Parts: sequence; C-alpha cells; structure tokens
Amino acid sequence: MLDTTVLHEFVEKLKTENSAWIGDTIEAHGEVTVIVPRESIVDVCWVLKTKHGFDMLADLNGADRGPEEDPRFEVVYHLFSTKHYNRLRLKVLLSEDDPRVSTVTTVWKTADWHERETFDMFGVIFDGHPDLRRILLPSDFDGHALRKDYPLRGYEPYSLT
Amino acid sequence: MSVATSNLPSQFEVLDQTLDSQMTLSMGPQHPSTHGVLRLELTLDGEMVVKAIPDIGYLHTGMEKLFEYKKYQQGIVITDRMDYLNPLGNNLAYVMAAEKLLDLEIPERAQVIRVMFCELQRIASHMVWLGTHALDIGAMSVFFYCFRQREKILNLIEAASGGRMTPSYFRIGGLMMDLPAGFERRVKQFLDDFPAAMEMLETLVTGNTIWQIRTQGIGIITAEEAIDWGLTGPCLRGSGVDLDLRRDNPYSGYETYDFEVPVEPDGDVWARFRVRMREFYESYKIVVQAVERLTPGPIKADAPKIVLPDRDDMRKHMDSLIHHFLIVAEGFNIPEGEVYMPIEGSKGELGVYMKSNGGPKPDRVHFRGPSFINLSALPVMSEGEMIADVVAVIGSLDIVLGEIDR
Repeated sequence: MLDTTVLHEFVEKLKTENSAWIGDTIEAHGEVTVIVPRESIVDVCWVLKTKHGFDMLADLNGADRGPEEDPRFEVVYHLFSTKHYNRLRLKVLLSEDDPRVSTVTTVWKTADWHERETFDMFGVIFDGHPDLRRILLPSDFDGHALRKDYPLRGYEPYSLT
Repeated sequence: MSVATSNLPSQFEVLDQTLDSQMTLSMGPQHPSTHGVLRLELTLDGEMVVKAIPDIGYLHTGMEKLFEYKKYQQGIVITDRMDYLNPLGNNLAYVMAAEKLLDLEIPERAQVIRVMFCELQRIASHMVWLGTHALDIGAMSVFFYCFRQREKILNLIEAASGGRMTPSYFRIGGLMMDLPAGFERRVKQFLDDFPAAMEMLETLVTGNTIWQIRTQGIGIITAEEAIDWGLTGPCLRGSGVDLDLRRDNPYSGYETYDFEVPVEPDGDVWARFRVRMREFYESYKIVVQAVERLTPGPIKADAPKIVLPDRDDMRKHMDSLIHHFLIVAEGFNIPEGEVYMPIEGSKGELGVYMKSNGGPKPDRVHFRGPSFINLSALPVMSEGEMIADVVAVIGSLDIVLGEIDR
C-alpha cells in the first residue's frame, strides 16, 4: 500500500492557504480524494500547479451517480506531478439543475478535450471553455449518452441521413 | 471593347489573389496516413498549414457505457478492442484497477508473465508504428520487415491465449491459464533473432538520409508545452522530459527489472522516433530478464470467490464447482470505492478510472487513452509546417483511433 502522508501534507498546505477551498478528504486504496467546492476549483488547481508541482492534468472525467441522487454529477480531476510523481484526485459535485463548473483550460491546456468529452457524455457545462462542442458523438445527437437514465441502445436508431 | 477588358483583373492579379487567400482542406477520414478514421480540417496558405483541427468520433462505439452493463470479468473483452495494437496493456490496466479495489495479492509467476507479455506487446505495437510511420513518409519495404517481427509476437500471444489481437489473457486475480509447454523455448527463439532484426531496421531507416531530412526539425513541441498538453510516453520523452511510469510509479514488480528510460531532448519527429527505437532494446532487455525469472508456481490469486477454479479442481471438489457456477452466473461483488490505475502503455499513460458501487458491475469505467491526449496536441506541432509534414507528425504521435474514440 502506498504511503499517503505526502499527499495529506499538500492538502494541509491548501487548507492553511484558504480553508474554504477544501471540503472533505477521503483516503482509500493509497489514493487521496479531495472534494472541492465548484467556485474554487480553478484557484485550487492553479495553486497546486504553480506552488506544489502538480504540473500535469493526467485525466479529467465525469461520473453520474444516478438521477435520484443530489448532487448528481461528479467531475473528477486526476493531478500528476512530473517532478515528485505524486497523484492527487480532486472532485467537484454538481446538481442536476445547474451542472456548471469553471473550465480549467486556463490552468492546463490538455483540459480542452477532456472537458469537451465530459460535456458530450454528461452535459456538464464548463464556463469559459474556448470551444465547447461535442467531440465523440455527432453534433446533432440527442441527449448525453453516459448519463444513467440514457438507455444503452439509445432512444431510437441513429441515422446519418 | 477596350473599356470592357480593362475592368477585368489581369492574369497576374488573379494569381496574386489565389496566393493570398487561404484554403480549407478536409484530410481524411479515408486518407491512408490518418491511421484509421481521423479527419483533419486544415486551413492552408499555399502548402503551409495555418490551422489544424482534428475531428474524431467516427469509431465511437460507446465502450464506456457498455462497461456499466457488463460484469467485471466481461469487461476485459471490451478492453481488447480499444487500443487494438496494445490489447494486453489495456487488459493489465483494467484488471489492475479491479485488483486495487479488491486488494488482491497476485502471485509472483503471474506478475512475471504479465510483464513479459506487456513488453512483447510493446515491441509489437512499436513495430506497427515504425512500419506505418515509414509507409506514410514513403519507405515501403520497412513495413514488411516490421510486420514479420510483429507476426512472431502475435504467434506467441496466440500460443498462450488463443487470440492474436484479442487475447484477454490477464484476468482479475491472475491469468487465464498457464503458459503452454515449450513456450519459454519459443520466446527465447524470438529473442535470439531479435537483435539482428533490429540491426536491419536501423540500417533501413535510421541511417537513411531522406528519412533524416523528413523528420529532423519537424513538428517541434517543447518540454513545457508537452507537459501542459498532457503528452505522455514516447511523445513526452522525445521532448526531453524524463518520465516513465514503469520506473516512477512502478506496478507489477517493474521496479525489480533493470532497464533504462530513453530520453531525447529535441522534441521533433526525429526525437520521438529515436525514443521508440531505443525502447525496442529496453523492452527486449526486460523480456530477457522476465524469461529468466519464470519459475513454476501458482498463476492465480488465492481468492476462490473471484478467480475461476481450474477444471481439474472442479471435477474433484464440490465447492470449486459451486464457486465456478456463481462467478459465471452472478459474477462477484467489488466493494464500494474508486481507483485510478495508471500504467505505461506503449503510447503513454494508460489510466483506468474505476468506480464501484458494491455490485457485480462497475458504476463507471473511464479509460484515459494516451492517443486521445497526444492527438489533442497535434495542432501545436503541425501549425506552421508543410502539409506533407503533417503526415510525418501524425505518424510520430503513434495514434490508434480505436482508443481515441472508444
């Protein structure tokens, strides 16, 4: 099992900087997850990148907890450092009526396609994204395919004509 | 008559206007050097690329949705079809994510075999990259020599798993079955011939002046940009960033193997080419060490409710038969939680995000495909280059559309 004390130190440093930035901290399987309020996700990412060496966004993806849950959507950020090789997971929780979060393309350029994919699959809107279009599905596709209430085979057979 | 003609632009003026204006060209999705079904929307000024917009999704099959409707062990089959040049790497990332959630201990022999196959698969994947990259640039014969080597590796994979491109050989808790008799001899035979084959490829490609002119100084990306754009694997190491997850976030016992991480500082097509060429030898070194470590032992974890029992056990023991029936019919539950399992695939960081809600099917599986992210940096590398060099840049990224579109 990996040692997570270093990761907790990063979280503590963030807390001393601004206590409103950090919600819950969950530790499991040698990984640390930090729940971040959605207003402060860009600030937290910026501080982690510039002050704590998390210079790479390894992955960004969405998850749907199900239509009956509130908050329903999760946006998960996997941060990685090419200097000290640590990984940290940030998570933003969003409700179904207002699935909006600020973009982190201003922090990492790689967030561009990740956010487009999350928008495509879950309908999460990234405010300030330079080019928020569908990426994998056709532009006239109806609905967001990875939502739990979207049926596996779609609503009707899709036709290109 | 003379008045009417004077209002028309002269022949030279027409030519000037054409040169000034920019043209939009749709490259792909059927273009042979776009490696599958990638479409590029290129804005050209003469032959120079002003803007490149990749358009993807033609191969989208909704695999991440499908995972949520399949049991954990059924998901392994889907992973084969993502990056179809590196199926064993995909298998490994997926299985290890599930094993991390289960806290399973994998026996030594299974780990060694996994490492051996992953490195063989890396060689096979790089062989396809080299063959197609050379084909795109115009060197036809390299392709045949590369595919001959790849064929030998596919034969080895077939001997162990029964499948050539869809092995599904790694299972949650170990392997599908043990290696067949005489397998070590066959791997050694391949390894004996490999250095000579590599020498031939090096003479065919590396020393070739045309090859050098076509690749050197083309498609440059700096180290800072590469990290910012999330490049991983050979593309990142080609920009001078010394990062390899096999060494820096070791898994499957990679920390016990002796190998080097090739890094080239230039960040151009040539640098990425050199990194992969040198990786052939490092993978070769790891396979040699792994074959030496093959000692008899169990290949499945001691977890009867998760790992399928041997056929022989099922004939002798009632409980094995019951476990087999339950695993196949109902699957096994994985405790609630979420993990992110990154491995060094042949193209870069292959990460699996797996979230379980306690049932026999995953709540969410997300693949962080290295090709997907590497392709997103294509505009940075190709803008300002000639249109013929875009082909060289795409080749140097080593993309597989099956993984990009998922």
